[in-house]
Order: sequence, then structure tokens, then C-alpha cells
Amino acid sequence: MIHPIPPGTRDILPDEMRELRRLHLALLDVFESRGYGEVTTPAIEYDEVLARGDGRTADSAYRFFDERGDLLALRSDMTVPIARLVASRYASAEGPLRFCYLANAFRAVRPQRGQMREFAQAGVELIGTPAPAGTVEVVEVLEATLDAVGLDRAVIGLGDADLYRQLLTEFGVEGEPRDAILERLATHDLVGLESELSQAGINTAQVETCLALSQLRGGREVLDQAREIGGPAVERATARLGETFEALEERGVAERVRVDLGLLRDLGYYSGAILEVYDPALGHILGGGGRYDELLKRFGVDLPAAGFALYVERVHVAQMEEESRRGGSP
Amino acid sequence: MSVEVAGTAGAKPDGPLKLAVPRGALLEGTLDALDAAGVDTSTVRSESRALIFPGDEISLVTMRPSDVPTYVEAGAADVGITGKDVLLEQSDRMVYELLDLGYGRCRMVLAGRREDERLGEAQRRLGMMRIATKYPRVAERYFESTGRQVETIEVKGSVELAPLIGLADGIVDLVATGRTLEENDLEVREEIVECTARFVANRVAHKLRAGEIDELTAKLREATAR
Repeated sequence: MIHPIPPGTRDILPDEMRELRRLHLALLDVFESRGYGEVTTPAIEYDEVLARGDGRTADSAYRFFDERGDLLALRSDMTVPIARLVASRYASAEGPLRFCYLANAFRAVRPQRGQMREFAQAGVELIGTPAPAGTVEVVEVLEATLDAVGLDRAVIGLGDADLYRQLLTEFGVEGEPRDAILERLATHDLVGLESELSQAGINTAQVETCLALSQLRGGREVLDQAREIGGPAVERATARLGETFEALEERGVAERVRVDLGLLRDLGYYSGAILEVYDPALGHILGGGGRYDELLKRFGVDLPAAGFALYVERVHVAQMEEESRRGGSP
Repeated sequence: MSVEVAGTAGAKPDGPLKLAVPRGALLEGTLDALDAAGVDTSTVRSESRALIFPGDEISLVTMRPSDVPTYVEAGAADVGITGKDVLLEQSDRMVYELLDLGYGRCRMVLAGRREDERLGEAQRRLGMMRIATKYPRVAERYFESTGRQVETIEVKGSVELAPLIGLADGIVDLVATGRTLEENDLEVREEIVECTARFVANRVAHKLRAGEIDELTAKLREATAR
């Protein structure tokens, strides 16, 4: 007899589980060796606590009442629960705090898209170390992780979450038009972006600035190209990125980092540096992260923070692709 | 252990760039634009039944326009060309829309039977219209945004048939010349959105093959600019 399970969930059988377990151990090994202690938090939390971290509860799709009538939610990532944990249990700790996790998170799926409702994430959170040092450490750990799991062709995109918000403020675009433009940037709909910009009441040069910036990605030279475009917001963002990039170069870990001014992640809590991870063997993003210096404040602890999360199943698929490309054994 | 995984074809920076080409109404315009941008399309034009046309720098892969976002989102094709109508209907596909190519211009419209007030009548008496369409999500969004309630009925073939034999009060469909509507005694009641061909890219390919994709975008922009 066949008993169905909800779409977007799955069973994992021994052959795959054996490989996944090896991957889990390799990931946690890197995290632990860098001083990140593993934590586990409940999959279910109070909805109002999660919502504090992200007004949109980071797509938390599953809410339900418990026997007392309290509204509960399944976590949609681990960053918000760890922020909650830090505020409640480490409020007076002298930073920096280093945590890692390997946990399942839950998100809404759109039907027939092969998306997962329940998926595993592995990542780290570095709390109490400001930019650029904190960002650099997180990128270093990320690179060590990618190396450890055999994804030596993977690339890290480095962008700035505040660039467009500040740029649009500088141009005097606020409220709904600004959100519409940020939305187009996040989905990278350039045709829509152009039309939103042209309706925002800014001049042609300003429209061109936004469009040109969103296309700038590559090595260090991108920062110079951006500076030529000019303006205080661009100046500030390129200064932040330049500082981070230089520090990465000093540590010898800038090689696989691509500066990307078109990068904009859609989670609500990012500020400053943002990261995305790509591997040529996979058409989907492997993971991402960045700074969220304002997030802990929402939980009552004013600490800068940064981190990243990798989608474990995608890393596994990329690993297999890379292995078969190399034609060798793992 | 060597593992082959089906369906996870990637954006490999080493091979030629894979470009998804829409068959059907957009094919001619697409091949012309590609020719003008310096991409060799002679093999596709030779009316071969093949689906994949390898090239040194760019390989062309032909498919239904509505499949283009699927292949590009998964990275099986690095870039592609398809209609805005398809992108609107599949707006949850995560592909980067890089360029409006300008050709393949047509309108998404609400149409009803000529000199027949069934649409307005249904709306007035039932507060509800039955709309047949190949674009249920575009239709639902449009009526929702204009504050009307509809029952959308998804059909796959000739949508014009639906109001003629009483399946629906009206249709939401794409019209280029309007001749098909006319021949079936239908007329445009409202224009929803204008659609043209768009150049789209996979998110990862857009980052990892930035140089090639930017170059092709620039050439296509030049080739299709008026």
C-alpha cells in the first residue's frame, strides 16, 4: 500500500544517508575546528518570537495553535532562532560568540516546482565581531568548508545590502516606489527595473546609475568602475566592500570572491556585506549569508553579527556532479 | 564511486553557452535577432528536426516557449529567449530578465463575444465571470487587481472555442493581429498588458559566465534597438 507524504518532503534511504552523513561530518568538522560550537534549537517556536527577527517571518509557512491556544511556527532558517538564543542565554557574554548548526528548516513551496518544504541547512553565526573582521572570518570559514567538501570551483559573490536603499534615499525615492525598485533588483528583473526607475521621478542619469551598478560584477576592478559612477551612497558602499575585499586579500582568501553590486538577498534582516555561493555544476544557489548587524537589536542585545548557511542537499548534488566531472572517486 | 545524476545539468563555465530558443511564433524573430547579434543560426534554419544545435561559443537548444523558464531556472540552459506572457504566467520562476528584445509584440486581452453582453451581465447579476484562458495566473492577478471576482477555467487548446459554446463568458488570451478573434466573432474588451520577447538568464550562469552573458546582452541590445 502506498501512503503519501506531503510534496516537498522526502524519505532518505541508507545509500544516500551514508553519503549525506559523511558530508554532515565534514561540514561540522570544519566549523568545530574553527571554534564554532554546534547548537540545536527547537524546530517549533512562538510565532511572535520568530516574527521579531523578520517582520515577514522569513517565509515561515507553517503556523498552528498549541493546546493552550498559543500561535506556534516552524522555523524557516536558523539565524533568527540563534539570535533569540543569544539574547536569552548569552546576553551578558563577552563576545565574540561562535555557533554552528546543521538543522532542518521549513518554507512554503509553490506546487510542482521541485522545491523542498523541509530542507537541511548547515552554517555558522559569528556574533560580536563587526565588519570587516567578522565578515572576513565568515568568508574564510565558508571557503574552508567549500574546500573540505570538494567544491574547489565554487565562487562566492560579495555584495552590499545597503547600497540601493541608501542610493534611492539619496535620489529622494522613498516608500512604495523604493520598495518596488528594490523588489525588481532582488529578482533581477532588469526590464521591470528600468520601467520602475523611469516612473520614480528621478533623472535619466540617476536611472542609468542604478542600471549600471546592478550589472557590475567581477574582481576588484568592479569597485573602481563603481566609484567612477560616483555619489555618496556608492562611495560608502564601495568603501565598505573595498575594506572587506582588502582584508580578504591580506588573508589570502580573496581569489574565489567576486564583487557583485547586483547582489540583493530578499531576507529582511541583512545589512552591509551579503554573500551568495555558486558552483558551476549546479544551476541553483548553494547558499548565502552576510551581515545582520541590526538583527540582535530586535531581540534586545546590540551586537554586530554575520554568518552563512549552505543548503546541504544542494551541496551534495554539486559534490556528485564535481566528482563525476573529475571522473574519479570521492 | 562515480555517480551520474540525471536532470542536474549545470552551467559549466568550460563548455559553450547554452541558449534556449523558443519554437513557434517567436522563432523567426529570435533567429533574426541572433543573426544580427552575430550568432550563427543556419543549422536551426535548415529546418532540421534536431533539438540541439551545437556551436563553438554558443549552443542553441530549441523548445516550446513555455518551457524556456523551466530550463533556464534549473541551469540546463544558461540563457534563453521567451515571451513576456510566459514569464508573467510563470512569475515564480527565478530567472533574471535581462533585456526587452522588442519583437513578438502582442497584447494580453480580455475578449468577449461581439455584441453580446454576457460578460457584463454575468458580472452584474452573479457578481462573477467565468473566464477561459491559457494564462490562469495572469488572469487571476488582473481581475483581483481590478476588484472583480472570476472563475478561471484553464484550457490548453483554442481558447476562442470556450465562449462560443458556453464554457465561459469570456477569455483572456494573447492577440497579435486580432484576426483569430475576429474570425470567431470575438472582440477585445480590455487590454491587460503588452508582451514582447525577453532575454533571460540563469542566476548562477549570470554570475559565473558574466563576461559572455554581458557581451551577448550588449549585442542583442544593439541588434534589436530601433
